[in-house]
Amino acid sequence: MRGFLTFIAALAVVALGYWAYHQNIQTQQAIREIDQLQRQIGMERERLGVLRAEWAYLNRPDRLRELVNLNFDRLGLMPMTPDQFAVVDEIPWGQETPIEPVEEIFLNSSLADELP
Amino acid sequence: MTRRIALRPLARILDARQKGENPDVIERENLRLRHEQERDRLRNRAESRLLMLAVCFFAAFLTVGLKMSSLAASEPEEPRTATSGSSIISTRADIVDREGRVLATNLVTNALYVHPHELIDPERAAAGLAAIFPDLDADTLLRRFESGSRFMWIRGSISPEQQQDVHDLGEPGLLFGPREMRLYPNGALASHIMGGSRFGEQAVNAAEILGVAGVEAEFDDELRDAANGGEPLQLSIDLSVQAAVEEVLAGGMTLMSAVGAAAVLMDVHTGEVISLASLPDFDPNARPRPLLEGDHSDSPLFNRAVQGLYELGSTFKIFTAAQALEEGLVNPDTMIDTTGPLRMAGFTINDFHDYGPRNSVTDVIVHSSNIGTARIAQMIGSERQQHFLRQLGLFEPTGLEMVESNSGRPLLPQRWGDLSTMTVSYGHGISISPLHLAAAYSSLLNGGTYVQPTLLRRDAPQDGHRVVSEEVSAQARAMLRAVVTDGTASYAEVEGYEVGGKTGSADKPNPQGGYYDDRVMATFASVFPASDPRYVLVVTLDEPSIVMLGETRRTAGWTAVPVAAEIIRRAAPLLGLRPQDIEQGHGYQLSSASQ
Repeated sequence: MRGFLTFIAALAVVALGYWAYHQNIQTQQAIREIDQLQRQIGMERERLGVLRAEWAYLNRPDRLRELVNLNFDRLGLMPMTPDQFAVVDEIPWGQETPIEPVEEIFLNSSLADELP
Repeated sequence: MTRRIALRPLARILDARQKGENPDVIERENLRLRHEQERDRLRNRAESRLLMLAVCFFAAFLTVGLKMSSLAASEPEEPRTATSGSSIISTRADIVDREGRVLATNLVTNALYVHPHELIDPERAAAGLAAIFPDLDADTLLRRFESGSRFMWIRGSISPEQQQDVHDLGEPGLLFGPREMRLYPNGALASHIMGGSRFGEQAVNAAEILGVAGVEAEFDDELRDAANGGEPLQLSIDLSVQAAVEEVLAGGMTLMSAVGAAAVLMDVHTGEVISLASLPDFDPNARPRPLLEGDHSDSPLFNRAVQGLYELGSTFKIFTAAQALEEGLVNPDTMIDTTGPLRMAGFTINDFHDYGPRNSVTDVIVHSSNIGTARIAQMIGSERQQHFLRQLGLFEPTGLEMVESNSGRPLLPQRWGDLSTMTVSYGHGISISPLHLAAAYSSLLNGGTYVQPTLLRRDAPQDGHRVVSEEVSAQARAMLRAVVTDGTASYAEVEGYEVGGKTGSADKPNPQGGYYDDRVMATFASVFPASDPRYVLVVTLDEPSIVMLGETRRTAGWTAVPVAAEIIRRAAPLLGLRPQDIEQGHGYQLSSASQ
């Protein structure tokens, strides 16, 4: 009986040892992965910063003004002026085209004759 | 285990009996031996247990000791495994405008340095570097390479193209260190607000960026604070409005052949500075060196709107009128004696034109009568006038969040006697910055509560201490509106925006004493819309002159006012301010297309 208990205990130690090492290795793997991701995030952030800086540089008012002047014959953009404000009533809400009910379209179409 | 010996072995007992000895002795002897054996065994066991325990304790203490020494000796490390919500960002924070558009950001570049002892062909390297960087001299470089030093900087930050060129030289002794560079993508736009930056402490793989002026210097600690997680600093500036203001101001400055110009646009309720421009300006990406000699106000670095202290002339008259109204000395229709000239302590006060012997307070403002204003100031007295101007914040620096604002401390009369009271009432003998004037106009006209100008975005009104009552504030706005409709600022009429304002043209003081005859500081301080004030705009032109209707004109009504009107025309729509009471049919008829 005593021997059996020892055997079980030894077995448990081996199993626990395996489990502990396994966890350890998994943790190290995860840390490596986090490191990699962190580096990647850092790089992406840097890239994002560059893109943002580029965006801001391309959108600087001086350049936009020059582009507006260069493309004036095509775009005809002018600075915003007070008389460009309009009241809501002046906005055309699209042409009111009467929509025919589906059955009428169906009946009026030539398909209606071909039906049995 | 030792063999157990019987206590009374039969052979020895029988033997002893035969010899007549006491067999009990044998038993006692054996018992003694057995006890001794037992004792030894127990001692051994106890000793080994103690040893075991000692080993265990030793191991435990050793573990603790090792851990402690490893903690003490190891480098601190970022806790990578923690799932962190707020990250630590070591780069300098961006600066953005009120809509989140980037005003200042960082860009990764490289610094170039040399290990001269690792150079294979120093002569070729020096020649190559001189070809890439035209301002470097090959001979000087070569002399420095051969001076025996083991490390030297070549450039603080280089462009990717230059980096590639240096790479192509193929010298193992030319090395790159990563650098963060401060970038102002909008160039000279809002340059005085941004200020600029420089490298501080440098190491091979990093360098710190320090702000040298403007908000970069004012908020240096906040911008560098790694714990704020890269949160950008949001200013109250509106980039598109700033661009429009600077464009119009530069155009006006050229047209009026002025040497300098400044404009301040601020929200009357929140105190936010929407736009702050000073010309000439500079590019903060390549900040020029400060002047070592001469007048520093000639330098493009000089911020005329914040640091420039000028006698702003008749724009002060509204303060005098408002104070007299507030104290109940007059009402807008009270008649004031305006017969001139007014003599006081050997000093004569004149008007530009003769406006007749008596004018109402409103007309004194509308026609900008120095004599009338001086008479009102006489009623108020020196003490109360000083108290009122102090309440408007005209005695202290504005407190705007820029390092330069501290140098904008108003110049006050040394002895504030009756004469000073009269000259100050129409803006002479006191020098303030255009920003002071904008803040004081905001405080006076927003309903009468003090606002401090700020460069930080805020949404709520400031609700400072009360300067004048709401009624007086409305009366002051009505007077300013009358200046535009019937008075000196008729060019300021912008349809739909009810501009009200006051002109001011002050002769510039001559450094040799006295005043110039032909150099003026033309200022227009305005508020719009007058009935429901939202913004105050102050435009100042330095030494403007324009030939109009066959005469050289220098007064603000001909110079600063048209520029200010154009700024309002351009900026107000950008601020989303809808023109009021524009008659139907004036705007574009969008619906006509579909009819």
